[in-house]
Amino acid sequence: MLIRLVEHIDLNEAFAYLNSPTAGAVNFFIGTVRNQTKGKEVLHLDFEAYDAMALTQMEKLANIAMHKWPLVGVAVIHATGAKQPGTPVVLIGVSSAHREASFEACRFLIDELKKSVPIWKKEYFEDNSVWVNAHP
Amino acid sequence: MLLFIIAMNVLLFGITRDITGQSRLTVPADAGVTTVAGLKQWLGMHYPAFKQLQSLAIAVDNDYASDEDTIGPEQEIALIPPVSGG
Repeated sequence: MLIRLVEHIDLNEAFAYLNSPTAGAVNFFIGTVRNQTKGKEVLHLDFEAYDAMALTQMEKLANIAMHKWPLVGVAVIHATGAKQPGTPVVLIGVSSAHREASFEACRFLIDELKKSVPIWKKEYFEDNSVWVNAHP
Repeated sequence: MLLFIIAMNVLLFGITRDITGQSRLTVPADAGVTTVAGLKQWLGMHYPAFKQLQSLAIAVDNDYASDEDTIGPEQEIALIPPVSGG
């Protein structure tokens, strides 16, 4: 498993890690910075992580996926720091013999990461900044 | 019996850092906080702004903890405001 917090996400490195003669399918989900929220222009985002716990929780999710589906490899990589619109900030990569398992595991991993991995996103607008999801 | 009473450090992230202006809090030994529920109660008393948050979880040694879990100064304790990664 490739579990990382990085400054810049390297898609080629993740593909090289997941690609294998036994895997007929490699599935990627790449989350990027959107340039607007509710019609308001986002200048940039700032990602902060509780590094030790984030890595522990990412690894835990990858292990659950490995047990749930017949996978060859799993990569869970999240970027931290200031990010401009269009930049990849999260990468989930899954390889498996057949495509069904990698599609399902990929979806599971990004959905669960968003629920439980301690990483926080602050959106910077022209006139203010907001921690996403913090308030009801 | 010799009893050592030590203050407890709590790591802060995201909006909880902005609210307090600090990256960690110290719960004094005489606060009598020994459980996650007790810590939540103490936080509510001293930082009412935390009550406005969508949620506030407590992590102990890199895992989410339950209200009844016991905590002490030897553990790594952190506040986890609503996460927004991905």
